[in-house]
Formats: sequence, C-alpha cells, structure tokens
Amino acid sequence: MPLAIEAEGLAKRYRETTALRDVDLAVPAGTVHGVLGPNGAGKTTAVRILATLLTPDAGRAVVGGYDVVRDPVGVRGIIGLTGQYAALDEELSAVENLTLIGRLLRLPAADARVRARELLADFGLAEAESRPVKTYSGGMRRRADLAASLVGRPSVLYLDEPTTGLDPHSRNEVWDTVRRLVADGVTVLLTTQYLEEADQLADRITVFNHGTVVAEGRPDELKRMTGGQTLEVRAARREQVDTVAEIILGLTGQLPARDEDTGRLTVPVQDPELLSALVHKLDAAEVAFDELGLRLPTMDEAFLAITSPGGVRATLTEEKLR
Amino acid sequence: MTTPTRTSPPVGPLEAVGSTLSLASRNITKLRKSPGAILDVTLQPLLMLFMFTLLFSGAIGGGDRDAYLQQLVPGLMVFSPLYVTIGTGVALCTDISKGFFDRLRSLPIARSAPLAGIVIGDVARYLVSVTVVLAVGTLMGFRVHTNPVAVLASVGLMITFGLCICWMAILVGILLDSPAAVPGVLIGAVMPLSFGSNVFAAADSMPGWVQVWVNVNPVTLMTDVNRALLLGEGQVMGPLLGGLVWMAGFVAVFFPLSMRAYRRRLGR
Repeated sequence: MPLAIEAEGLAKRYRETTALRDVDLAVPAGTVHGVLGPNGAGKTTAVRILATLLTPDAGRAVVGGYDVVRDPVGVRGIIGLTGQYAALDEELSAVENLTLIGRLLRLPAADARVRARELLADFGLAEAESRPVKTYSGGMRRRADLAASLVGRPSVLYLDEPTTGLDPHSRNEVWDTVRRLVADGVTVLLTTQYLEEADQLADRITVFNHGTVVAEGRPDELKRMTGGQTLEVRAARREQVDTVAEIILGLTGQLPARDEDTGRLTVPVQDPELLSALVHKLDAAEVAFDELGLRLPTMDEAFLAITSPGGVRATLTEEKLR
Repeated sequence: MTTPTRTSPPVGPLEAVGSTLSLASRNITKLRKSPGAILDVTLQPLLMLFMFTLLFSGAIGGGDRDAYLQQLVPGLMVFSPLYVTIGTGVALCTDISKGFFDRLRSLPIARSAPLAGIVIGDVARYLVSVTVVLAVGTLMGFRVHTNPVAVLASVGLMITFGLCICWMAILVGILLDSPAAVPGVLIGAVMPLSFGSNVFAAADSMPGWVQVWVNVNPVTLMTDVNRALLLGEGQVMGPLLGGLVWMAGFVAVFFPLSMRAYRRRLGR
C-alpha cells in the first residue's frame, strides 16, 4: 500500500527543551494512524511539522508525495488540519468561515457558499450555520472546525486531540465522522491522550513519550507487548469463589485479584496453556463457572507499561540491539 | 525513505492579492453585520466629540462652543485611526492565539496573505471611523469651508495615516500571548500621541517643555494638515511633510520588527 505520510528522523528543539527526537512515522494511505502520548510528549509538534506549520531541525517528511520543507504549498494543497483549538473566526458565522476558506482555496463565491452549507448540513449544523461561532457549544465548535478542515476535500487529515474536552455524545459524533472519512479513502493522523480513542479508531498506533517514539504497532500488538495476558474467572455460585481462588493460586503461584461485587477473579498469566489445566481442575472440583477466559490487557494497562521508566521501552531497546 | 514524487507550482502574486482581499473582506462582513464592530471603531472618538464639545469647550475654548467644534472635528479625524489600531492589535493577537492563523497557514495560500489581510481589511474600519466622526460632527454644527476634493484628500490621508501607524499595534499583537493584554500596552503609546497634541487644546496654552513634544507630534502635524484641508486655515505642505516623515518612520521601524516577531511566534 502506498504511504500517505512518511517521516524519518524528525527532530525539533526549543531553546533548552527537546520537543522531538528521531521520530519515524509511516502511514499507509486510507488508514487511521493514532499518535498516543501524555501531555508534552511531542504529538502536537509532530503534527505541526507534518502540516508545514513548523520546520524540523532535522529529518525529512513526505506527505502525499510532497516534501514538507521543500514543497509546503504542495502539502497544504492536500491536507486538512483540525487543531486543539477551534480555529475559526468566532465573530463570523460558520457559513462565513467556511465560505472564506473556500474562497481562499480559489472556489468561485457561489460554489464556496454551496460547499460550506453542504458540509455544515453533514455535521448537523444547518440550523446554526448563520450564528456567530462564539455562540456555539464546545461540541458544535469542534464539528464546525472539523467541517472547515474538509472544505478542500483533503486526502490527508490531521486531527490534533479532536475530542479533548468533549462530552461522550459529541466525542462519539467525532468518531463517527472519522470512520466515515476513512471509508471515503481519507488518511487520518490522529493524536490523542485517550487510549480508548486510539483503540477504537486507529489501525496502527505510535506511542510518544518525551519526544521520542517508544512503541509502534497495531492496538492488539501494543496490548500484547506488555507481556502476557489476563485470566478472568467468575464462578456460578458465590460460595465457590474461594475454591476457585485456591485452584488459581495452586496453578500460578499468585493469589488472584477479587472483584467483591461480581466475584470475578483476575490474575496476570504468561502461559496461555494454563487455561486448559484450569478447566480440568475446575471440573474435578465440580465448580460451575459463568465466565472463564483469557483477554489482552486494556489499553490503559498497556500504556502505563509502555511509558513507565524501564518498562517495555527497555525491552524494545534490547530487541533492537539484538 | 521514498523521495518526493510531486512538486507544486509556487503561489503567484495575483493569487496572493486575491487571498489577501478575501481575508480583508472579513472586516467588511463584521462591520455590515455587527453593531459591536461599528461601535468598536466609533465609540472612542464620538465620546471625545461629545465630552469636549458639550462639557469642556466652555472652559478650554474660551466660551465659543461653535469655534471649538470647528477645530476639534479635524483633529478627531486624526485621533480616530489611532484608536482603531488598538482593535487591530487585539484582532491579530486573537487570530494567532485562537489558532485561526494556523488554519490559514495550513491552506495553500501566499505566506503573507493572513497578515496582509488584517492590515488591508482595516481600511474599512478607518473609513467608517473617520467618516462617522465627520458626519456626527457635521450634525453638531461642523462646517467644511473648502471643497469635496479636499474632504476626499483628508479622508484618504487619515486612512494612510492609520495604515502606517498600525504596524506598532501589529507588533504588540504578535508579541503578546493574550489579546486581553493588548489594549493596555497600546494605550500607553496612544495616549501621549492623541492627548499630547493640539487636537483638544492649542499648543501655546501649554508649558514650554510640553510644547516641544506637542509641536513635533505626528498627530499635531496631521491635525494641522486636516484643518488646512477642511477649514482652509494654514498651510498643508509644511505639516504634511513632517507627517509623512513620521509615517515612513513608523513603517521603517515597526514593519521589520513585526516581520521578525511574526516569524518567531509562528515558528514555535
């Protein structure tokens, strides 16, 4: 698959701080790539470089075939950008904002207005289109901003923390929009602090921490990177929970964590073979169970393991050395 | 790493002008729609017009309210663009801090268009401000003693004056992070220019050391030009030359500083 975004060795320094160091990215066309990391990890710096708003100190990046440093105008012609702030003129209405952008993209005045109306209708803003943007709620602003970034029908879309500060309903709307755009063939680079968002939307995820890439892979690969899986058992009868806990202790050498409300027992395991051994023992003890299974750790568990000092990062480095 | 496979043609000068005008039209849209935008450029000079004519003219103007008004209106037409530029600084700072400039810079338009759009768009605000002062002044009894060409020349000069001194406001708008902080800083520069002049009181009524400043102040010089143009009193050329030197000076100092600050602020 051709790459829509390709970056190699990107670096950016501000006076004393290193915002970005030796960052590589490869995003196949038509996919969603999640850039995940805590505040200050360098996510926004990376997006700004790829959107030609910032010049990298080192490294190269090619977006849609255009070099971001040597041909910024070419890049700007194919990208859409939605920043952390609703980047519209708040005194103007949404229709005026989007029409202005259409005009700047050299659409004739009438076409620009039609395109603005059409997009705002798509985003459920038809009724509010003539009101100044400053009267909009947070969710409406974000949708208007997203609509604004689509006026030029970009083939590559950068979404810099598009759902930060949104309520769950508005967040789901943004997610639906992203899915719709990808279905239309748009490549999306999405930065987020929310693991769930990356898990829900992204085909691949790059994890940033302190300006460097600390992990890269499919969501399930990242979860697996934390080492092992989680065993979950829920006995059908509450009085048998203790029996189950003892069996697990015998098999794994670890006392399982117990959820007092549901009676569910969980324990991290390294060896998936354990599952069949457990089933035999439970049968022998005549324990019926409602739930029994192995699952991957949640993204939260994975993220903590990846970004904590000496976590997966150390493991990855060792692997690279070998 | 793949090599770039495509290149795009650069943005031509005609396209740059087109983008600048599209962006400048933002101001016209705002003025047309919102009473707030019109008040923003007229409130200050109109307040001065009412206050000084109705409250202070008896004390400052020696009791002849009508004669005072004739002197005040041409001066307030110089005063107006000064205060309009405060709004320019606020608008620019807002555009940058809210991320509107980032949106513009992510579009395939000329690098200069966002900033040029702000400066050119303000022509509409100067025009409204200056003509409203002239119109309301006329309703209150101000009379032009010359001809329509002189009035047009006067309004045109006032707009040019605004376009030159606005670079100070542009610089402040770029340097400050918060739009709310912009008026405070600019008032510090605008007050001595606007009140340390002969707009409200004759220079020879002031202490000698104050007169030194008042007599070289560009607002005084432009007020003299304006009084000559509208009332037919005094010379145009002498003070106009001084005023033009000041305007060129403002641009020569603040334009390069603004460009440097702009590149720095947006480069981070």
